[in-house]
Amino acid sequence: MFGILQFLQNTGFATAIREGDTLFPWIECVHVLAISFVVGSIAAVDLRLLGLASRDRRFSRLNAEIVPLTWAAFAVALASGFLLFSAKAVQYSANLSFELKMGLLLLAGLNMTIFQLLTFRGVSAWDIGPSTPPSAKLAGALSLTLWIAIVACGRTIGFTMTDLG
Amino acid sequence: MLDAFCRWLQATQLSLIISTHFWIIPALQTVHILAIASVISSVFMIDLRLIGLVRGEQSADQFAARLLPFVWWPLPILAVTGALLISAEPARSLENPSFGIKMALLLGAITITLLYQRRAARLSRVARAGLGILSILLWTGIVLAGRWIAYTQP
Repeated sequence: MFGILQFLQNTGFATAIREGDTLFPWIECVHVLAISFVVGSIAAVDLRLLGLASRDRRFSRLNAEIVPLTWAAFAVALASGFLLFSAKAVQYSANLSFELKMGLLLLAGLNMTIFQLLTFRGVSAWDIGPSTPPSAKLAGALSLTLWIAIVACGRTIGFTMTDLG
Repeated sequence: MLDAFCRWLQATQLSLIISTHFWIIPALQTVHILAIASVISSVFMIDLRLIGLVRGEQSADQFAARLLPFVWWPLPILAVTGALLISAEPARSLENPSFGIKMALLLGAITITLLYQRRAARLSRVARAGLGILSILLWTGIVLAGRWIAYTQP
């Protein structure tokens, strides 16, 4: 594992990002912008699941309007995040906030998969109208909490990075 | 005068509390980013509709009316968390060129958003698309300038 991280960190692009004066901040800008869209748009779906917003809109329509855009932004966040990670792969991997963030991301993915495979199958029963089943509310609450924690962990990484030399 | 103000602010009890508790700044920044997430996602979705890149069952005006509260209500949260972050290290932002650019862009973005909130229904398709593009550029610029505060020196 250490070998892979070392290799990644020594690639040409990773070195350029680490040693350049402006490359890292610019990629970080793209990352923040993409994550802002991801979190905000997912929150819109979550609030609908919780019955707190867009109560007059069909869930499946709202979902279909928003989620493709969320995925596009997520792809940008993932690519820019990978580039930032590559610059200091060894250090990030040893950072608790970073590890937590990745763990929470996996949980958010798991929560979404379970929702898609189980709860969303029966969407026709609760698509219209503000009241959603407990399983949908749970998925929305979990997603909202996880994404808030992901942002918090992401923001904390910069404050807890230690130089490993 | 700005220097004097920065020195005064830095000497306040509030500044001392924020800068000596290691978790307060990342916590404030997290709230700041979450509020930005609400603004950016709402504005971008409205703009994509205005430009005509995304379609939906509601008209662009209905859509904008539904999402605009999610642009306006985070702004006071952003102002408060932003002001608290400034108070911790006043000169770092108030005398920073990136901060000045961010505030100028913010003024422009708020003007554009008010403009399309009031007038979008009466504008031609081309004018709406123009407003949408301008809005995306301004709000993107705000996020970029905000991030650059950490990298440019006063």
